[in-house]
Amino acid sequence: MEFFHDLMNYAFLQKAFITSVMVGIICGAIGSFIVLRGMALMGDAISHAVLPGVAISYMLSINYFYGAVLTGVLTAFSIGAISQKSRIKSDSAIGIVFSAFFALGIILITKARSATDLTQILFGNVLSVRDSDMWITLVIGAIVIVTVALFFKELLISSFDETMAAAYGLNTRFIHYAIMFLLTLVTVASLQTVGVILVVSMLITPASAAYLLTNRLSTMVVLASFFGALSAVIGLYFSFLYNMPSGPVIALATTSIFVLAFLFSPQQGLVTQMFKSRGKQDAAA
Amino acid sequence: MTESITASNISVSYSGKQVVSNVSFTFEPGSLIGILGPNGAGKSTLMKAMLGLIKKNSGATQIGSESIDKVRKLIAYVPQRSNIDWNFPIVVKDTVLLGTYPKLGLFHRPSKADKAWAMECLKQVGMQDFADRQIGELSGGQQQRVFLARALAQKADYFFLDEPFVGIDVSSEEVIIGILRKLKDAGKTVLVVHHDLSKVKSYFDDLILMNNVLIDAGPVEQVFREKNMTRAYERPMTMFDDLEVQM
Repeated sequence: MEFFHDLMNYAFLQKAFITSVMVGIICGAIGSFIVLRGMALMGDAISHAVLPGVAISYMLSINYFYGAVLTGVLTAFSIGAISQKSRIKSDSAIGIVFSAFFALGIILITKARSATDLTQILFGNVLSVRDSDMWITLVIGAIVIVTVALFFKELLISSFDETMAAAYGLNTRFIHYAIMFLLTLVTVASLQTVGVILVVSMLITPASAAYLLTNRLSTMVVLASFFGALSAVIGLYFSFLYNMPSGPVIALATTSIFVLAFLFSPQQGLVTQMFKSRGKQDAAA
Repeated sequence: MTESITASNISVSYSGKQVVSNVSFTFEPGSLIGILGPNGAGKSTLMKAMLGLIKKNSGATQIGSESIDKVRKLIAYVPQRSNIDWNFPIVVKDTVLLGTYPKLGLFHRPSKADKAWAMECLKQVGMQDFADRQIGELSGGQQQRVFLARALAQKADYFFLDEPFVGIDVSSEEVIIGILRKLKDAGKTVLVVHHDLSKVKSYFDDLILMNNVLIDAGPVEQVFREKNMTRAYERPMTMFDDLEVQM
């Protein structure tokens, strides 16, 4: 209760709250497509690979947004180039590129600023959200939500049946890179809240929990966004009250939601199925 | 009105090996055409190359006098069942509804009329009772029928089906071939990648017989002969003679 009281009274907490909710929503939305397209590793790669961009931005004292977007996009293209132009499989290409970018990022960050900054970027510190961070997140949020809403049809068909999409004339490669670009934007928006290392938990886990609960893509996107926002708020709550780093708390919150879905999903749940088969046995007996 | 379909000099290679070599043919509208050949003959590859889904070394596909790229919305493609993620969160009726997407264009959502039309197509393949099932809950034959319904929903003039009869039940096979015949009678052009020799004569009017190179293309009676078949399958086709007698 004290938390809600403080939320009403402290501007910094309100900023953190708005930012977390938006991050949760867009991570859930983009994460749904990442999960269904089997690109979870790609999500992990891009989130790590924005680090050198953040470092360079610090050095040039420009907003970290620009550098992060640049290295994120560069990563997506490098991975694409290696897996298409050589016999290297895409998971290896991802490993090669993102570890290189991440390593470079760590070196640059330690040169550029103190070690505390590195911890914040790696693990998130939602309470230190500034005005500019909140606005970047809101603008990115608007871009992501509008894009997903406007092109939902194209995202759906290219994720489900890429061949049909290509057969009727959609540019599926463009759609792939557009999703990579949105993923980079989402990662940048998530830096303050969850941090580079654990962005993947916000992208993959809420969407996976939602995936276990529905047979409709639109419902999955909405549920994943809701789970993401809920986890982010839980993260904020703990980091405010108990002074914990927000990223790990958020990651564990998403995991808890996933475990609940995994056990109790009406159709897929482990426990649910156990009861169902027991019910059948009783009926048979 | 539908027009003739022409493939000219189509060649495709995978990592140096030529899988489809200089294949050319023409068929008039209102044909039900089987693409026949042994495993690894390049049948699916030819189909994908015709549609521009994979990179060709050379060649082109024309509909009438137009390049196929200009008439993409008139084409419905049914992929091999193994290429689909059957765990995707989508139910049967929404899968069929995807067939209306090509003609909707950007920013337009399917209307009530589109949804009704999708249900109509689902009825044609006898799957209306499964409208709300997730697609992974269906049998192989039912899945194939749903994808045929999706192709029907496209209101296309040219249908490309990649191995639609693999691993499906007899009644689904009958439903599917019945619909393909109706399409043919309505003046549409239907191409089917196929490898079961036993039903070739009863299913198709025309054949494309290939084994990397084109062996022969034309009416079944002309193509489906022992000499051609022995060349395509690179072994004596004794069983083949029995089939011809049986037909």
